[in-house]
Amino acid sequence: MRISASTAVASGTIVALAVVPPITNALQEPFYLGLFLRLMILAIAAISLNLILGFGNMVSFGHAAYMGIGAYVVGIGTFHAIEDGIDWLANGFLHVPLAIAASSLAALVIGAISIRTRGVYFIMITLAFGQMLYFIGVGLEVYGADDGLSLYMRSEFGGVLDINDNTQFYYLVLALLLATLYGVKRLIASRFGLVIRGARSNERRLAAVGIPVYRYKLVAFMVAGAICGVAGVLLANRTDFVSPDMMHWTRSGDLIIMVVLGGMGTLFGPLYGAAAFLLVEEFLSGITEHWQIVFGPLLILVVIYARGGIAGVVHALERRRE
Amino acid sequence: MDWILLLEQCLNGLQLGILLFLLAAGLTLVFGIMDLVNLAHGSLYMMGAYFATTFAGWTGSFLLGALLALPAALLLGIVVEVVALRTLYSRDHLDQVLATFGLILFFNELARIVWGPAGLDLSLPAFLETSVELLPGVPYPTYRIAIIVTGLLVAGGMYALVNHTRIGMLIRAGASNRGMVSALGVNIRLLYTLVFGLGTVLAALAGLMAAPILTVQIGMGETILILAFVVIVIGGIGSIRGAFVAAILVGLIDTVGRAFLADFLRLFLTNQVAETAGPAMSSMLIYILMAAVLATRPRGLFPPRGH
Repeated sequence: MRISASTAVASGTIVALAVVPPITNALQEPFYLGLFLRLMILAIAAISLNLILGFGNMVSFGHAAYMGIGAYVVGIGTFHAIEDGIDWLANGFLHVPLAIAASSLAALVIGAISIRTRGVYFIMITLAFGQMLYFIGVGLEVYGADDGLSLYMRSEFGGVLDINDNTQFYYLVLALLLATLYGVKRLIASRFGLVIRGARSNERRLAAVGIPVYRYKLVAFMVAGAICGVAGVLLANRTDFVSPDMMHWTRSGDLIIMVVLGGMGTLFGPLYGAAAFLLVEEFLSGITEHWQIVFGPLLILVVIYARGGIAGVVHALERRRE
Repeated sequence: MDWILLLEQCLNGLQLGILLFLLAAGLTLVFGIMDLVNLAHGSLYMMGAYFATTFAGWTGSFLLGALLALPAALLLGIVVEVVALRTLYSRDHLDQVLATFGLILFFNELARIVWGPAGLDLSLPAFLETSVELLPGVPYPTYRIAIIVTGLLVAGGMYALVNHTRIGMLIRAGASNRGMVSALGVNIRLLYTLVFGLGTVLAALAGLMAAPILTVQIGMGETILILAFVVIVIGGIGSIRGAFVAAILVGLIDTVGRAFLADFLRLFLTNQVAETAGPAMSSMLIYILMAAVLATRPRGLFPPRGH
């Protein structure tokens, strides 16, 4: 059996991620463990965005808001657990479903209005709703307003696992990343996924054969929001801090960059994109504090000359070999 | 209710609306004619403010600084259009969003290198630092009046330009059917550059007029950019008339809402709840307005004809 280049790169990436903790622990470089942890969390968020952006062609520019909602669930929960001594509010088994419920509810409201519109209106409306949630965060004076809220404890997962230990946390996130990839793969291959992908090419024809496209798109929008909410729970625990800045529209822009950089509408693209984004940021900011003056034009060049992203490059190599 | 405060807040709202209009007019023109989503429009606003501050520092005069900043911004706009944006017109909106997002990163970092991370102040000349009495005993800053008057003059000028000149005719024609305009032998590339330059000058004008009221700082363009997006979405993308109406509406609702919503909530809620909910809810008002407009009219209040 021949293994294609894409499969090789994908499995190579997963294996590489799986061996990060032993290596960083042996080298005593906890910083890099934290970096890869953040990378995987952002990858989960980017994968959720890719579900609607890449497969459904819905350019949501407010996706970071759902991450913020998930993060605030953890932040507010642990805040009251410590301040008011309500222990069960620190429970991670509560945080995750609550984050899913809250972020998919927000996605339901935002999506219900936004999906009625087309093209650039959609981009701007999702952008504006994202900013609205950002300003709500800024207005939460009890929870630190724009200064944000430091977490004095992480979500508790009973006796099952202790995410205060970064290695255990790392493998939890890796497992969730794999679960997300698998879930999205199945979803895209299903009848539901077929409708979403169909809507990308021709919505009118789908409507003509009697499919309520609007409802399908809305459900996809909610699923993406829910997954991103879980990523927010993880991110809050990773940084031990939540602030409205997590919901700022430039964070949503970062997520879009990851998806496009990696390759829109491909399963592993967002993971590569998140990796490339964080590693380039890490590399450039090591050289100069003004790394963005290089990164900005680099982004323009990628947009103009490398449409398919990293997954597209791998795919092109594959075809050349055949 | 305090009527004098209400009058002042309405004027402040009008002034914010005018600034928003200057920004939104450029955005909506560029979108309507070139089909380009330009996130970097806020960066041009920021550069206008920085240019004016620098030139005012060199010449020692606010007015001279402002007058020099406008051609500098025009030049910058033309360079940006020719170097970066020209290739993007034929691309889809996502590409445009990403590339212009890259431009924002670039300009923010450029400003940080050239002018430093700390904010700058642009001080007003003495004759603008005064106030006028609107009604007996109700003073209002002269400078804010000057902003409103300048903005209204520019809006009038734009109306004349777009509706009563040859260039305006081409602009309107370009907005309704680009291919046809180009087929009729108009140099469409030149028209694009011209329109983008015009948009940049308007954005820079808004930036430099806002500079004495706010601090000139990195990222100042991004907050107002989102508001300008809300404005053009409400007004109908591509419509200057829509941008004007929506800008004034958004400016008034945002400013008056911030000033009075907490008081208004106090009528139904306890003091403490009103104090907490007021600020968060007042920043939501314009988004609620946008949602309401779009729920009833998905293409805005004044959708341009011909699309």
